[in-house]
Amino acid sequence: MLKTFHKGGIHPVENKFSAGREIRVLPPPEVVYIPLSQHLGAPAKLIIDRGEKVKTGQLVAKSTGFVSVNIHSSVSGTVRKIDQVQDGSGYKRTAILIETCEDEWQPGIDLSPDINTDIQYSPEEIIRKTLYAGIVGLGGAAFPSHVKLSIPRGKHARALIINGAECEPYLTSDHRLMLEKGKELIIGIKLLMRALRAETAMIGIENNKQDAIRHLEELAGKEEGISVYPLKVKYPQGGEKQLIKALTKMEVPSGGLPIDIGVVVHNVGTAFAVYEALQKNKPLIERVVTVTGKSLKNPSNFLVRIGTPVINLIEAAGGLPADTGKVISGGPMMGKALSTFDVPVVKGTSGIVILPESESKRRHVKVCIRCTKCVAVCPQGLEPYLLMSLAQNEYPDELEMNKVMDCIECGACSYICPSGRPLLDYIRLGKAKVGQIIRTRKN
Amino acid sequence: MDKLLTVAPSPHIYGEESIRKLMLGVIIALLPALFCSVYFFGWGAVIISVVAVTTCIITEYLIQKFLLKGELSITDGSAIITGLLLAFNLPGNLPVGIVIIGSVVSIGIGKMTFGGLGRNPFNPALIGRVFLLVSFPVQMTSWPVPQGFMTSYTDAVTGATPLEIVKEGLRNGEQVSELMDRVPGYLQLFYGHSGGSLGETAAIALLLGLAYMLIKKIITWHIPVSIIMTISLFTGILWLINPQQNADPLFHILTGGVLLGAIFMATDYVTSPMTRKGMWIYGIGIGIITVLIRIWGAYPEGISYAILIMNAFVPLINRYIKPRLFGKEGRYGKD
Amino acid sequence: MVDTVLYTIISLSTIGVVAAVILYIVARRFRVFEDPRIDQVEEILPAANCGGCGFPGCRNFAEALVSAESFEGLHCPVGGNEVMVKVASFLGKDAVMGDPLVAVVRCAGSFDQRPRTNRYDGAPTCSISSALYTGETGCPYGCLGLGDCVWACDYEAMYMDEQTGLPVILDDRCVACGACVNACPRNIIELRKKAKKDRKIFVACINEEKGGIARKYCNVACIGCSRCFKVCPFDAITMDNNLAFIDSEKCKLCRKCAPECPTNAILEINFPQAKPKEAAREVKQDDEEVHNGKSVPKEGNGNN
Repeated sequence: MLKTFHKGGIHPVENKFSAGREIRVLPPPEVVYIPLSQHLGAPAKLIIDRGEKVKTGQLVAKSTGFVSVNIHSSVSGTVRKIDQVQDGSGYKRTAILIETCEDEWQPGIDLSPDINTDIQYSPEEIIRKTLYAGIVGLGGAAFPSHVKLSIPRGKHARALIINGAECEPYLTSDHRLMLEKGKELIIGIKLLMRALRAETAMIGIENNKQDAIRHLEELAGKEEGISVYPLKVKYPQGGEKQLIKALTKMEVPSGGLPIDIGVVVHNVGTAFAVYEALQKNKPLIERVVTVTGKSLKNPSNFLVRIGTPVINLIEAAGGLPADTGKVISGGPMMGKALSTFDVPVVKGTSGIVILPESESKRRHVKVCIRCTKCVAVCPQGLEPYLLMSLAQNEYPDELEMNKVMDCIECGACSYICPSGRPLLDYIRLGKAKVGQIIRTRKN
Repeated sequence: MDKLLTVAPSPHIYGEESIRKLMLGVIIALLPALFCSVYFFGWGAVIISVVAVTTCIITEYLIQKFLLKGELSITDGSAIITGLLLAFNLPGNLPVGIVIIGSVVSIGIGKMTFGGLGRNPFNPALIGRVFLLVSFPVQMTSWPVPQGFMTSYTDAVTGATPLEIVKEGLRNGEQVSELMDRVPGYLQLFYGHSGGSLGETAAIALLLGLAYMLIKKIITWHIPVSIIMTISLFTGILWLINPQQNADPLFHILTGGVLLGAIFMATDYVTSPMTRKGMWIYGIGIGIITVLIRIWGAYPEGISYAILIMNAFVPLINRYIKPRLFGKEGRYGKD
Repeated sequence: MVDTVLYTIISLSTIGVVAAVILYIVARRFRVFEDPRIDQVEEILPAANCGGCGFPGCRNFAEALVSAESFEGLHCPVGGNEVMVKVASFLGKDAVMGDPLVAVVRCAGSFDQRPRTNRYDGAPTCSISSALYTGETGCPYGCLGLGDCVWACDYEAMYMDEQTGLPVILDDRCVACGACVNACPRNIIELRKKAKKDRKIFVACINEEKGGIARKYCNVACIGCSRCFKVCPFDAITMDNNLAFIDSEKCKLCRKCAPECPTNAILEINFPQAKPKEAAREVKQDDEEVHNGKSVPKEGNGNN
């Protein structure tokens, strides 16, 4: 029996075109744009000036609080400008514009291909180094990892869960990473376990990645406490709460955090970044990005420097197809549609999905026929049809009573609705309103 | 790039479901029963079905076009289903005029008054049927005896339905065991050779439809199963208490509109509850009311009324029966 | 037969009497005392329940008026001073006069002035679009054109102009209830003092970006050049964040500023002859059309 969560879920067409493509290293572009806010929380504070020369891996902006991380230069070159650059939603964010020259790395970074298996850090050191290296959750949310590793007083982590589900259609970056960097990954997991003082680690991988499952099972067999679990292919299997339910049969209480039930979840990409930060002294300056799409010539997985413009990635994957209708940063279920290509790859960019014109238009909205499909697929046990009409008619109290804040925005309801209703759009709106009310109530 | 990119909130991909597909699925599921009714009742079945469906479509079109002046949604197929279901609930020799009145009431009063598909609180086909039952009690209860395909429409031989035979008999003080000789056997009921309204004669055709709808995931099993289970339990208990005064559960399920109602009428999306738990309550309610009417009520059959009554409770069920929230009873760590 | 009729009459009458007694007792027992003046004040109020006064409805406002010490801060924008004076004289208090206001749309970025950079395909409401991104044009401040304000208006005083993609306010219907101001997620709509003959001069832009950037996305953006600021003889114009703002309290409608604006971002509405200014003329035409009753407010965008 494959492990899975039980309530709800959908089965979108996988379309993992780039699953068989090895990770290719994309050379540094001519110019990179490194935004100061690539993570959830406070933006980092600039510590360099215009005109300064920087080396690859050099610290360029410092974290400004507990929920904030450092940012390093991903290339060597000259800081041309500190400018406002559009992010995925078109709003301007402060970014460092670096013109690259020859790749010269910051001294102290181990660039050799050898795998360093020797772990000699204390938990505190691991957390400190994670913070220094600017590591965030690489699954997409970009939540600073050291915050998750710092266990609040009175709680303790019994199990570390490594999220290799990659349930989003199209995306394959985690899949390739597990396949090609398995050994490093296992060391990264051991580091995370030590930081959390957890005895066990569970790696959850959806069953459509057989090769990765076999590979990691082989490697994990030699280690104590690490085990690999194949998961049923179902979206959102990789949702934090759903993954915990699938692997431990425990449910994160409504409004709570995984640590409340003694579990911490990290993405495989994060575990790999932790390995590099500690064993190789290399900060988070590059990541694996899937560039894919039905009409794209060469769907690929790239190892990309942070700050590379998205258009460079698309060019490297065979150029923008003529029938492009929508460009998504992230997966098609939870990613963000881009309004422009002048957007740099940031720490949270897991993929660039290009949808053809024919698939990028939403369906015509019809009335709700109360078919109950949205209720059936909601993995959080909510009633999307109800939340939508409550949000539309602005009943914040009712919305809160119906637990709108528990929505994980997976989009299963909007996906399944036979009437093409924009359920999640309105639920998100309701969430924002209720969130505002809750915040004002607290103050 | 000269073309503009499309921007919308996530998700960016969509499933294959559409209202039209779902409705088409229901229509396909209704086909076996339609063939059976034509096979047993002949031209009457054809005429009534065609008239009911056409009238429903025309009524919906006219109301949408001239009264509501909204978007035309006639192509979604829901009017066809209403028409078919109404026809299935009528006797095979009903005059065309009455069929037309029933169809107009179904769509006009049962559905469009509330704003059309998705907004009607009651099953429109049942509104039509009950309206006719009250307005034309004689025509609505003279059931033609199934005589094969060549049965003529106007002067068909009529007879009582099995349920009527039992009900009348018990009222006259007869015993169930004597009455059972006068009604068709179970196998006959199963294959459909018994009097009654068009769609309810052949259990096997209806079950085929159910299987199709379950496989295609058009409906879930909860409502039909809960109704049938409740009816068998309830009548089973009564039967065990006094087998001479009460027919056995199998008889109750195979006769009358139980299967038609449980599979096609009660599962109507718009008028059934939104949650699994709610569906159970709804189904159990329908089962209990049906048996109450059948055993102690004035009518031999009661599933139409049972469904309409429970339809009225659906908003209340939706209001108070919520799905189980993820993490609500979250099990905390044992330490 | 007679028996049946008799029984029917008797039983129904009994039920009637019993019910009447119960109702009487309940009415007595659970009676809530309420100041009768609240009802009377409510009568005077326009009964629009628009919420423009800051209370959920006219009744709540009436309660507040009855219990208030002074009318400071309490004003019904729909009824205006006339109604407030009536209420004040009824309650024996002093009326506080407020200026009549009217809503204006501070964005002139019509389709031809502000090119689209992408196509929005989400749920058709501004609140969702604005939470998602900057909108269909490059301007992160301008009108999204999905009509939340029109939807919010209870007085049919707004409609979306399909030629420009911007909302239009009908001055004679606008009661300044502020529903559109609250509905607009970008705070584009402003309530301004109503002047004679509905004349108004205002900066139809709220883009705070530097001139060059603002101009890149929109031909009629305020670029913060301060020329209007320098020419204003009444100190009615302030410059803030690369943006000019004309204070309707101080503005004397002298019309010196509008011709100075290099981008036509200052609109003059309802003045005698139309200036040879593209933007101003356009709006004027719209207004005329409306006054001739040619265009009717559109139905809501039916986001169903």
